[in-house]
Amino acid sequence: MKRLFSVFFALITMLLPLSVAFAASDSEIEALRGTTLYVYNWGEYISDGADGAIDVNAEFTKKYGIKVVYDTYDNNEVMYSKLKSGGVSYDVVIPSDYMIERMISEDMLEKIDFDNIPNFSYIPEKYRNLDYDPTGEYSVPYTVSYVGLIYNSKMVEEAPESWTALWDERYTNNILMFNNPRDAFAIAQSILGQDYNMDTEEGWRVAAALLKEQKSVNPVYVNDEVFLKMESGEAALAPYYVGDYYLMKENNDDLAFVYPKEGVNYFVDAACILKGAKNKLAAELYLNFLNEPDIALANAEYICYGSPNSAVYDNPDYEYYEDELLYPEEGAFKTQLFTNLPPKILALESTLWDDVKNYNATGSSYRSLFFGENTSASIDNGEAFTSETIKYGICIGVFLLAVIAFVVFRAVQKRRREKY
Amino acid sequence: MNRRSSLNSKLTVSPYIIWAALFIIAPLFFVVYYSFTTSAGDFTLENVQALSKYLPTFLRSIWFGIEATLICLIIAFPTAYIIAQKTDKIQRTMVMLVMLPMWMSFLIRTYSWMAILQDTGIINTFLTKLGIHPVHMINTGGAVILGMVYNFLPYMILPIYSVMAKLDYSMVEACQDLGGNRLTVIRKCIIPLSLPGIVSGVTMVFVPSVSTFYISQKLGGGSFDLIGDVIERQFQQSYNYNLGAALSLVLMILILISMAFMNKFSDEGEIVI
Repeated sequence: MKRLFSVFFALITMLLPLSVAFAASDSEIEALRGTTLYVYNWGEYISDGADGAIDVNAEFTKKYGIKVVYDTYDNNEVMYSKLKSGGVSYDVVIPSDYMIERMISEDMLEKIDFDNIPNFSYIPEKYRNLDYDPTGEYSVPYTVSYVGLIYNSKMVEEAPESWTALWDERYTNNILMFNNPRDAFAIAQSILGQDYNMDTEEGWRVAAALLKEQKSVNPVYVNDEVFLKMESGEAALAPYYVGDYYLMKENNDDLAFVYPKEGVNYFVDAACILKGAKNKLAAELYLNFLNEPDIALANAEYICYGSPNSAVYDNPDYEYYEDELLYPEEGAFKTQLFTNLPPKILALESTLWDDVKNYNATGSSYRSLFFGENTSASIDNGEAFTSETIKYGICIGVFLLAVIAFVVFRAVQKRRREKY
Repeated sequence: MNRRSSLNSKLTVSPYIIWAALFIIAPLFFVVYYSFTTSAGDFTLENVQALSKYLPTFLRSIWFGIEATLICLIIAFPTAYIIAQKTDKIQRTMVMLVMLPMWMSFLIRTYSWMAILQDTGIINTFLTKLGIHPVHMINTGGAVILGMVYNFLPYMILPIYSVMAKLDYSMVEACQDLGGNRLTVIRKCIIPLSLPGIVSGVTMVFVPSVSTFYISQKLGGGSFDLIGDVIERQFQQSYNYNLGAALSLVLMILILISMAFMNKFSDEGEIVI
């Protein structure tokens, strides 16, 4: 019976036109039946069968009989820390450009056998061998997209053109900001006309000072909460990825999007195979599967990010066919890719980011819960002792004194009582 | 017989000892080890020196923790007292009501506070409908403290209640017989008698408040970094386990000191009784 089934399966696969070019023989693929593939991807980054779309992982399992264990992460750094700390073993990950470069340099990725990925032919030359993977041996592009400025046209009077709108005092309390250092610094760097990948410490300090200055408009640092806050009209301005703008616009039609004139970050997320992957051939099948025209189309329409797959973006039935924001003309605005930063700059970036987060220019305090007051203070670069710190220090000191006074009082009272 | 029972007791205790060694002692050792090493594993004091930069964050965390604890105490003490006065059946229902929110994920509850407090949220929509000027509440320190009080209040009510429920009522009667008015009864009799509950309640609220991280991110809008946020960032984002461990170590020492202090308090309390 089992044999009959495999013969039947072999017949079906032979009839499928796409299986023709596989380097791995059908019997090798057949042998993978019942095995498991571990995939680690961004949240909300694959078509999962909602609203009648294709459930990519389920389809993969149906086609190859390989079970997919699928986990998600919020950002590159979380993914990196998790992989580095050990204790997890995945086969496929989909990091962004600069992280791929870092992982290649730290020998965390496995070379891909492109003979097993015939669908790679759909990836045009311009998305191959990019700076992060110059030899093109480690990654298969998954999405390409840009960062831009989302704004609520009901709350913002004139359409912003510049990133400096995020520093505009008119929108105090209504500005959102990236809660990760790389993207946040890139905005300041754009305004300052700096290179995103500069390796001068002074430049990073200047950018950090600009980010501190932004505290006077009380920015809210968000990750995924950006959806809730922009859709409900809670915030007026938010820097975010263009693909997600389309998702938000479905729920709030007042939202609009602009590419600021100072330039934006252009990024590529690409699928890679991890060193020591236990199921490498299955991982390659998966990478190939992601680039099947119908699967790539389903993903592109679900994620709403740009697709590097020509079978998708040349398809007139594609929802975002020739979309101006997702596929802008080359050179329409300034773009920069992230590259991996040297360890010294990375360490500096994370301490500077701690400083920025820690810095409180507004003096907005617990009392504002009741009075809604917001007293602006000037920017000082004194690292530790701001007025806020002194205030908390005094409060704690007074509290401790009160407690000690109480204890002493009790002790005296007790002694007096014992006299009788 | 004696020997066997001691062997038996050793056997019964052993799972816990193994557990403690694996999941309490070993992690503590690693925290100390990471605090004093570089990422390459060499001895260094750099992480500890870097801590001075985080003084404002430490002070803010401690002060927010103190405030949340005091507010919890002020709310919880009368609540526990009132519950303890009721009949058994009502007591059971009320205790269940106190615990009810804990059946839901703490993350979801904090997230929904965002929807309640924000400028276009439930409270402000209501205020606008009534023609009152809306109040900006979300992304303030007050919202963070509110989140702490909301999430940790049951940990204050329950220990105080459990002590009060077992309170020997004849003591209260004796106090009244000696001519104490209501206030004196509470001050001289009920508070001292329920002191062990108060002490454990304060510890159970203060410790998680000081070290929390999720609440401040969601309700404080990322502008009120607590020490827990900084530690989380070192582990999750910066991949700087060493600094993260050094921060955790200081936090741990701080908590140990405050707990020792609280215990002192309760010892003294028992002498008074």
